[in-house]
Amino acid sequence: MIELFNRLFGRRPSSATAKERLRLVLMSDHLSLAPEMIEAMKRDLVDVISKYVEVDRSKIEVSFEQQDAALAMLANIPILSVNRDAGDRVASRPSERPPALGKQPSKRRRKKGSAGPAAGKPAAAT
Amino acid sequence: MHVLQQPQDDGEPARDATAAPSRMGRAIVITSGKGGVGKTTTAANLGTALARRGAGVVLVDADVGLRNLDIVLGLESRVKYHVLDVLEERVSLDEALVPDKNSPTLRLLAAAQSREKDEVDTEKMRALVQSLRERFDYVIVDCPAGIEMGFRNAVAGADEAIVICTPEVSAVRDVDRVVGLLGNRFRPQLVINRMRPQLVKKGKMLSVDDVNAILRLPLLGVIADEPAVIVATNRGEPLALRDDSPTAAAYRAIAARIAGEDVPAPTVGNKASFFEKLGAMLGGRR
Repeated sequence: MIELFNRLFGRRPSSATAKERLRLVLMSDHLSLAPEMIEAMKRDLVDVISKYVEVDRSKIEVSFEQQDAALAMLANIPILSVNRDAGDRVASRPSERPPALGKQPSKRRRKKGSAGPAAGKPAAAT
Repeated sequence: MHVLQQPQDDGEPARDATAAPSRMGRAIVITSGKGGVGKTTTAANLGTALARRGAGVVLVDADVGLRNLDIVLGLESRVKYHVLDVLEERVSLDEALVPDKNSPTLRLLAAAQSREKDEVDTEKMRALVQSLRERFDYVIVDCPAGIEMGFRNAVAGADEAIVICTPEVSAVRDVDRVVGLLGNRFRPQLVINRMRPQLVKKGKMLSVDDVNAILRLPLLGVIADEPAVIVATNRGEPLALRDDSPTAAAYRAIAARIAGEDVPAPTVGNKASFFEKLGAMLGGRR
């Protein structure tokens, strides 16, 4: 009876909650277990961003934290200068914009809409 | 159903040191990371079920300091020596092996109760398991909870692993960790224990598919959370001995799978299983 009640009022079953929590906790376990993977990701990330701006590779910080229902990756990438050459590339493909820096929540399902990156620290531009 | 691989009437283990030194038995560690998920109960039942098939089986209790396998098998009054007595060469292996009271081809090597896990020499443990493999078809090592020294000692010498998981977030997480630690060498297989199909149906428990969507391990079997398991432990008579329990049949099916038989996949604990409901109605013995 309670089941029916919960279902009518759209309460999700606790097994679904368990599944979601498990998925998140394991993702974060696996990330913390694989520092070399994070290093590689950091490298690739910087390679992509370096096409557009010159960044300070020695001061990059990447961390992960739990935000409500999602695991978020936080990247703090200090910018040294804007790479002028990149302008042509961007201009030729107007749909592509240089990536926004700063807080970048993971692409996975978020509770409220898709209102872009959550408000947070902006990238420290030096 | 119960085809004896090697019929044994004389009450001796299927092989001994002189019999077939060329054919090594299999050393399987039963582990989980988390405590209280049913490692020991599963070890006792799988050992019993394998022995019922006629195989020579030794159960090694590697939970030094917290001896329990003897209790589950009902052998607590027969244990005189333990694994450390053997490792430290105070008694011979034959003196320390306790014959099971129900299964003639089953032996127990009990854990030391008043010692600690880090007193076990990993290399000696490895050598012990190796010499047991020469004498038995199956060496089943009951691993302690945790991932420290006791785990490493229990795993030493084993070449296969069975991981026990309950349908809980914490247990799945710990199994995931343990499987990561084991690596590929042990080809871990999964037993899901304490499954409650009714709760799964109501969306109140992780299903077999939910658990294994995450762990992605070969599924050996699913054991329902049945009162009969508790009753059997109270009496010190593994449930796998009984012929009238669906859970005992599940243990025997796992044993058959371990032995390489092609047994149909378990159906307990997944949504919308008609046969399971039928089975619960028909076989719902206390």
